[in-house]
Amino acid sequence: MTITPEIVAEHGLTPDEYQVILESMGREPNMTELGIFSVMWSEHCSYKSSRVHLKKLPTSAPWVIQGPGENAGVIDIGDGQAAIFKMESHNHPSYIEPYQGAATGVGGILRDVFTMGARPVANMNALRFGEPSHPKMRHLISGVVAGIGGYGNCVGVPTVGGETNFHAAYNGNILVNAMTVGIANTDKIFYSAAAGLGNPVVYVGSKTGRDGIHGATMASAEFTEDSEEKRPTVQVGDPFTEKLLIEACLELMASDAIVAIQDMGAAGLTSSSVEMASKGGVGLELVLDDVPCRETGMTPYEMMLSESQERMLMILKPGREAFAEAIFHKWELDFAVIGRVTDTGHLVLKFKGETAADIPLAPLADKAPAYERPWVPTPKRADIAAPTGGDLGEALLKLVASPDLASKRWIWEQYDHMVGADTIGRPGGDAAVVRVHGTKKALAITTDCNPRYCFADPVEGGRQAIAEAWRNLTAVGATPLATTDCMNFGNPQRPEIMGQFVGCIEGMAEACRALDFPIVSGNVSLYNETNGTGILPTPAIGGVGLIEDYDQRVGMAFSAAGEAIILIGETRGHLGQSSWLRVVHGREDGPPPPVDLAAERRTGDFVRAQIRAGAVTAAHDLSDGGLLVAIAEMAMAGGTGATIEAGDGSTGWAFGEDQARYLVTTRDSAALLAAAKAAGVPAQAIGTTGGDAVSFGGGSVPVADLRGAHERFLPELMDR
Amino acid sequence: MKTAVIVFPGSNCDRDMAVALRDATGREPAMVWHRDTELPDVDLVAVPGGFSYGDYLRSGAMAARSPIMRDVIDKAAKGVAVLGVCNGFQILTEAGLLPGALMRNANLSFICRDVDLVVENAQTMFSSRYDQGSTVRIPVAHHDGNYFADEATLDRLEGEGRVVFRYAQACNGSRRDIAGIVNDAGNVLGMMPHPERLIEAEQGGTDGKRLFEGLVAALG
Repeated sequence: MTITPEIVAEHGLTPDEYQVILESMGREPNMTELGIFSVMWSEHCSYKSSRVHLKKLPTSAPWVIQGPGENAGVIDIGDGQAAIFKMESHNHPSYIEPYQGAATGVGGILRDVFTMGARPVANMNALRFGEPSHPKMRHLISGVVAGIGGYGNCVGVPTVGGETNFHAAYNGNILVNAMTVGIANTDKIFYSAAAGLGNPVVYVGSKTGRDGIHGATMASAEFTEDSEEKRPTVQVGDPFTEKLLIEACLELMASDAIVAIQDMGAAGLTSSSVEMASKGGVGLELVLDDVPCRETGMTPYEMMLSESQERMLMILKPGREAFAEAIFHKWELDFAVIGRVTDTGHLVLKFKGETAADIPLAPLADKAPAYERPWVPTPKRADIAAPTGGDLGEALLKLVASPDLASKRWIWEQYDHMVGADTIGRPGGDAAVVRVHGTKKALAITTDCNPRYCFADPVEGGRQAIAEAWRNLTAVGATPLATTDCMNFGNPQRPEIMGQFVGCIEGMAEACRALDFPIVSGNVSLYNETNGTGILPTPAIGGVGLIEDYDQRVGMAFSAAGEAIILIGETRGHLGQSSWLRVVHGREDGPPPPVDLAAERRTGDFVRAQIRAGAVTAAHDLSDGGLLVAIAEMAMAGGTGATIEAGDGSTGWAFGEDQARYLVTTRDSAALLAAAKAAGVPAQAIGTTGGDAVSFGGGSVPVADLRGAHERFLPELMDR
Repeated sequence: MKTAVIVFPGSNCDRDMAVALRDATGREPAMVWHRDTELPDVDLVAVPGGFSYGDYLRSGAMAARSPIMRDVIDKAAKGVAVLGVCNGFQILTEAGLLPGALMRNANLSFICRDVDLVVENAQTMFSSRYDQGSTVRIPVAHHDGNYFADEATLDRLEGEGRVVFRYAQACNGSRRDIAGIVNDAGNVLGMMPHPERLIEAEQGGTDGKRLFEGLVAALG
């Protein structure tokens, strides 16, 4: 078959990129070879638009064992143990087929983590839906939530938290970002670099079918009205097989039989074999006749581009095939030796006795396109004159009932968030808390991003996303250690979109450095546009922190009456881009609140130290909705009201979203205020817990009314 | 008390059950692979929660036909205690050790939350550490927990005191809000809620622990 310009275009390659392929090959590629180049050089696999900017992110710290570049990031959590984690997007498939799209997103991120030797202990997610009233949205919400639950519940990994926002910008392109955290021993971490001339290449897991062919290419293009026709490129997940694969892989990993291992994710057998060989600087020869296939008559092109789920590729030590095979057969999984490691530096595919492809690996990796796309900075927004007046109590009820701030119980009660019996901070808090099994340690986990902030000011929004993740971990008493990022943006070929990307990276990098909170893994999802309209820039951040002794953790619930409520940090009353402005006045105006990273660090370190010292009975970070919403959340969680004496009764005081702030409760306010003064941290006693209402200058709202309003949104939307 | 936990492909509460049994008895339970044909010499067999065989065909249907289940049925007939939780309850009904069936939840969704259970019979070996008629809090996490049996069977279960736990508030559409039942000999309990998930204060409560303490008291 001759390669025409049309075929090249159908594979998502530009004429220039094709020219590089011709030069690398020294001849015209065949279809299989073209297909391999096409997926490896897709935006999804090659990061061709984002690579030059991603390099600006700080990725190291003394506790980082593995930064970006492997299947997931690895950090040291002491005692010879490591936390391994990553977040990944599954946006396009989830819009086309929400249940399977979301389910396979969970499956894929789980594999990224257990392929490195970790037992997955927690799943999280970050979801962005369109307007609740959009005709497709209930279908998308119910499908995505059921898909995440259907997969995570079956594999037996608790889904312990996340975040969910609603905005019209996601009407035609929802975001489904899934994160997995696992735990491994530091001396049992597995990497993907192939090695050892002649070593067997082994395929395990499910059989290969025709599903998901060109999924990575689909994820690298904009949506149009006929996107529904792409449904066949969405893969179908089988969480039961995944569970077996987890157990079989971990059982084999307990031995010394594995040289290298990688899951078959996007671009399946192609990306796993190419990446393993490239990282190891070796060649691979695969005999495709030996690939376990689900369908008859599959061609090399189809086998190499299939995205069938629940498959892994391993390089074993010589002579260990029978030992490994016995484990996989015990778990009723396919096991096949499909090739050998070679020293040719080529990926050679044999099929029916002939060479189906022969690609030099060095150019495939080294000559992968990298673009410095043109970009323009996002113009700064002018300050706004925020409206004044209005009933604070009424506004508070509206805010806690609004889609973004309303309880997400309807979602997380469909997730088994307790399996494993180590979830000690359940969904609904600042961060989820999961014990490191059999120890006094626990991991705190959060996902955060305010896309409206990022849209108004990408640099400030990028800073804020990192700072908020750091703050949420701090608020439960954890030391924030590292993050994973899931960069969801529109079409990078538009300079203003690229400007959003560059801006967010700049802000994130600055915040990561200031807070010693490096990025150790992540994923970029571009072309999140439908018919030329982009989503809000959404750099979703997954943060992980360590609690050395979980008896020292705190929650956000008011735990007793008569305790002092202390506001820590400085309140200026910033209302630009606030939830109040959006929910009460229908405006998304002004600049987002500025982030003072030195103040973040100072207040956060102070709050954490007070939590560790046992001086604090509850803590909560202030974010969307500001002070009164935070008080209401603490009151609802504890079933106890509060009387707030401080404040000028202004909307800026009540609902401003100034950063670097926390609320804590204490039995000894004098000591806490003195400690804050000594640490140079602004702190003010603003009221007392107790009663069955949240009362403040200018209003009083019964906790029962708050709860009623807070719990209403999703059940009313979804159960009608 | 010597115990065993059966492990099927897709079991995922096997470790949690093992931890609860170890904490209660002070000794490691035997983990028994579903392909084995004979149980070790034990006083209690636990059939744990999870998604055995991915819930394919019908939840519990395939696991009920695993090789080890023949011996579980034999031992149950000889009086060995059997505890089935969640998927374990589904497997025990599919294996014919308990009457009725667990259908899809009435709202068609997976439900994971703490629920209040009324202890309807505190005389069984499983429930002796609870007070008769008291309310205890234990989490559920299931998609197929909607207990069904015909009216005559339900009447018989009620009449013979075999309804051990009942949901205090409607949970999943179960007939008569039944959450857990025993067989007529009283040595086989199936329940949808997960007592093994609330055995330490950090987990949010300890009401589940008393079930295991009761078993230790009854079985030594």
